[in-house]
Amino acid sequence: MALALGGYFSSASNVFTVSLVNLQTWFSARFVAIQDFFTSPRDIASLRQRNAELEGELAELQAQVIQLQQEVGETQILQALVDFSRANPENTYRAAAVIGRDPSPFLHYVIINRGSNDGILRGMPVVTNQGLIGRVDAVIADAARVQLITDPASSVNVRLQNAETEASLVGSVTGDLTLELIPQDINIQPGDLVLTSGLGGGYPPDLIIGQVVNVRSRDFDLFQQATVQPVVDFNRLEIVLVIVNFKPVDISPLIPSP
Amino acid sequence: MRNLVAVPVILLSVILQSAVISRVYLLSGIADLPLVMLAAWALQEEVDSAWHWAAATGLLVGFVSGIPWVVPVFGYVAVVALAQIFQKRVWQAPLLAMFSITFLGTIIISLLSLFVLRFSGVPLPVDDVLGSLTLPGVLLNMLLAIPAYAVMRDLARWVYPSPEVE
Repeated sequence: MALALGGYFSSASNVFTVSLVNLQTWFSARFVAIQDFFTSPRDIASLRQRNAELEGELAELQAQVIQLQQEVGETQILQALVDFSRANPENTYRAAAVIGRDPSPFLHYVIINRGSNDGILRGMPVVTNQGLIGRVDAVIADAARVQLITDPASSVNVRLQNAETEASLVGSVTGDLTLELIPQDINIQPGDLVLTSGLGGGYPPDLIIGQVVNVRSRDFDLFQQATVQPVVDFNRLEIVLVIVNFKPVDISPLIPSP
Repeated sequence: MRNLVAVPVILLSVILQSAVISRVYLLSGIADLPLVMLAAWALQEEVDSAWHWAAATGLLVGFVSGIPWVVPVFGYVAVVALAQIFQKRVWQAPLLAMFSITFLGTIIISLLSLFVLRFSGVPLPVDDVLGSLTLPGVLLNMLLAIPAYAVMRDLARWVYPSPEVE
């Protein structure tokens, strides 16, 4: 004891403790390795289970994100439509969702989910916040068919805002819009705004349709023609507004038959 | 009772045509799902109700569409008539018959639509119709032909099970 306290055994005790620590390290490392060997399968199973749970939650959250994005899109459309109806208080609108298109590629019609039960009548104009899209062609109780202005049988009386002249806007089988019956002495330019004129009683006046993109004027023709770029994207119609306080006028009895 | 299966199938095909298929364009042409399904149904040997299906589908499409009802009714009946002819002559190669009927049926309905609409006063340029509607429509219908044939063959086997041979 006295020798140990005097430090005479320090080298011997160092050798002992180092050996002891090394031995313990060896045992500890082997134990941990054996413990890992027996416990890791359980960890993998639990990790897999946890991973599956997290993947499930991720899928659920992704579905929620998609749903919320869709709701945000619809809300933005509805907000734009509300702004449009506030900016045009002279009209009364009924919102409707587009639920289908005409099964035939020859005709450009859409089907909306509002019908005579909602006060929709044949001939009522249909718009979006951007501009005119067409008018109601047929109605049943809970749905209606709308003839788009791009339909080949559609004809709308319009006026050119800058040129102060009137013309007829016709659709086509490819969906292009063409201005016809423009007098040769009228100067029209690309970019001129096309609005409904209200003539004929089929549509209310001053609804925006589009802009002139190019003009075809030939000396030997009686009238000029122009191509119109519509303001509405007719391939992405989702929600539309039916102007329910407009009563179309049928002037066909006034037109003399040949 | 077997014919009652036509009700949901026809309704589903017309709803899908109006809500989904008619929004998928190639140029200005779209596929005609009722036409392809009718052709596939009429080609099945055991089926004896294809004429009724054609008339019912034509009337339903005529109701939904703005096109005069004579076009889908007579068009689909013509498709079934073609299928009956092809089934007897090309019975060993049903897919060849399916493609032929799809091709000819699309052309017939397109020409019928063109004729009736022009007669009604709708200005339709023939070259625009053929280039932008008919040919893309033929291609899209051809793409639908094989899956439609497979589905309708399974349906026909389910509706008309063959007697077990002992």
